[in-house]
Amino acid sequence: MKETLRQTAAWLHTWVGLVAGWLLFFVFVTGTAGYFEREITRWMQPERPLEIAPPAFEPAALATLAMNRLEQVAPVAASWSITLPHQDGSKRAWTDFSIRWEEMPQPGHSFGASTRERLDPATGAVLPPEAEPRETSGGFGLYRMHYQLHYLPYQWAIRIVGIATMLMLLAIVSGVITHKKIIRDFFTFRPGKGQRSWLDAHNAVSVMALPFFLMITYTGLVFFLFEYMPAGRDVLYGTGDANADVYYEELYGDHEHAAISRPAASIAPLITQAEKAWGKGNLAGIAVERHPGEPAEIVLSRVASGIEYYSPAQLHFNADTGARLPDEPREGGTALATAEVMYALHEGQFVNIGGRWLYFAAGLLGCGMIGTGLSLWASKRRRRHLSEGREADEHFGIRLVEILNVATIAGLPLAVAGFFWANRLLPVEMTDRAAWEFHCLFAVWLGTLFYALGRPLRQAWSELLWATSGAFALIPIVNALTTDRHLGVTIAHGDWALAGFDLTMLGLGAAFGLTARKVTTRLRPQTPPAEAAIPSPLPSTLKESRA
Amino acid sequence: MSGKIETMSARYRWTVASRVAAAALGGYALTSAATVVLTLLWPLPKAQALLAASMLSFVLYTIVVLWAFHCRSLRRVWTVMALGTAMLALAAWSLGAGGAA
Repeated sequence: MKETLRQTAAWLHTWVGLVAGWLLFFVFVTGTAGYFEREITRWMQPERPLEIAPPAFEPAALATLAMNRLEQVAPVAASWSITLPHQDGSKRAWTDFSIRWEEMPQPGHSFGASTRERLDPATGAVLPPEAEPRETSGGFGLYRMHYQLHYLPYQWAIRIVGIATMLMLLAIVSGVITHKKIIRDFFTFRPGKGQRSWLDAHNAVSVMALPFFLMITYTGLVFFLFEYMPAGRDVLYGTGDANADVYYEELYGDHEHAAISRPAASIAPLITQAEKAWGKGNLAGIAVERHPGEPAEIVLSRVASGIEYYSPAQLHFNADTGARLPDEPREGGTALATAEVMYALHEGQFVNIGGRWLYFAAGLLGCGMIGTGLSLWASKRRRRHLSEGREADEHFGIRLVEILNVATIAGLPLAVAGFFWANRLLPVEMTDRAAWEFHCLFAVWLGTLFYALGRPLRQAWSELLWATSGAFALIPIVNALTTDRHLGVTIAHGDWALAGFDLTMLGLGAAFGLTARKVTTRLRPQTPPAEAAIPSPLPSTLKESRA
Repeated sequence: MSGKIETMSARYRWTVASRVAAAALGGYALTSAATVVLTLLWPLPKAQALLAASMLSFVLYTIVVLWAFHCRSLRRVWTVMALGTAMLALAAWSLGAGGAA
């Protein structure tokens, strides 16, 4: 390691990327799907009604209906809150009209029991719980695996993902250091040149979304801040949950609530003030609460949107007089504001549909970056191995990486398609159905690993990619055969969340089909050795790769 | 990167393993100690300073690991990790850490 910084960074990039690559590919695939988590869940619950906007309503009238019900069920409580029908800033789905109340906490507890009810916006009557859809892991299950994996205890899983994330951060920084001419490299593409094409593709994909990769990696670490870097809190506050609570109370302010009941102030003028400040349709909810020793307050909250998604603007009023109270100082100062911006950036909850597709595309580029990087590692070493004239002497490490690459890059997407198939094909009344959707995913994935072990590498790539293409393209058809939420219905109703899912599956099918075709032609054994001067490494590489 | 995979000596492998340990574990210890000191020095309410310093720790860890792989002398890497951690821990102690623990 007596080399320049660029050389040591290149060494680090290579090995760090290899060690973490497969797990990171899994994290990126499941995390990218997570950007459409809600839409995927809706698709996986075809029993739920098609999306419709609620009828026009008068916020003040709904607030009165809600307060009538709250006064009836919880005349004295720690807090009341009313959610008005609204869409958050991303305009993805409607949030229903509902109420929630928190009972006064039992002695020795910080929170009291909390109950939620959905109300009919027309009458204020309590609505029965929604029709129970089929049991499914849903988009949330898929998304959740990007940090808590599966079949592993939570505390282990988040640490394993944390180490991989830290390695990703190192890979990104060392990758940037390695590139003297990062701008020029970005515009360089030498197609059809085997290993060099992999390198160019890896560079282009990586640089294209570089800010996203840095952001997503760093903010990912911040999500589990004190699991990953507990030293400061352990030393300053001590270990254990009780001490952690002391810290959070200091940071977020005290939660303590004094008892409240129905406010004397009339709610309608307060709503008028909020609508004047934020515009109509931007009022998300109303809360009644009281800090000990102060008069009770009515708090009106703005719809969550933008970079302040996690702490939307509020207006405070005296619950007895209706007089406007000064804004409460934001708890946590710049440090907490910074952390909240990081959470918002990572989850992208605040972006509209265009931004969501951009997040999704950046996530796919991340999969591409990791996939091309892993392929580059294998292709480079296979070529060196062959150029040393050692075809007969199989190298265990290279073979292992090649197999894991096919099983991960082509196999995992096939497994995800299998997850969606399972949602439609497993019996609706099956016990542990949600768990079985996951078992199907992992069974397909394990199957692709055995397939990759048993087939020559070239065939394994091409056949698994074709299978993935077919599996995705058939999903809308399986959907049409098993439910009445197919494209004919969803497009006609303008339910673009459901239609978008099916259309995306067709798109993925097409994309994997193109990749499969490309790989099949590129990897076809050529008649050697006419072009021995510049050996096209992939064909020669893969031809002999089976021991 | 430079050496051929097959010709790597056992000695080389041990050096790499030792360097990985120094970077990962030594670097983590150093970063942890630095995070505590930074929290104590940051002129913010304690909880906020802790959040700010902890969020920055991953930048520091990245730099420390990059340096650990760049530094020529492995002995120097271990020395810096060990002495640095010890000195930062001492600094944290003298700044009054542990009072709450």
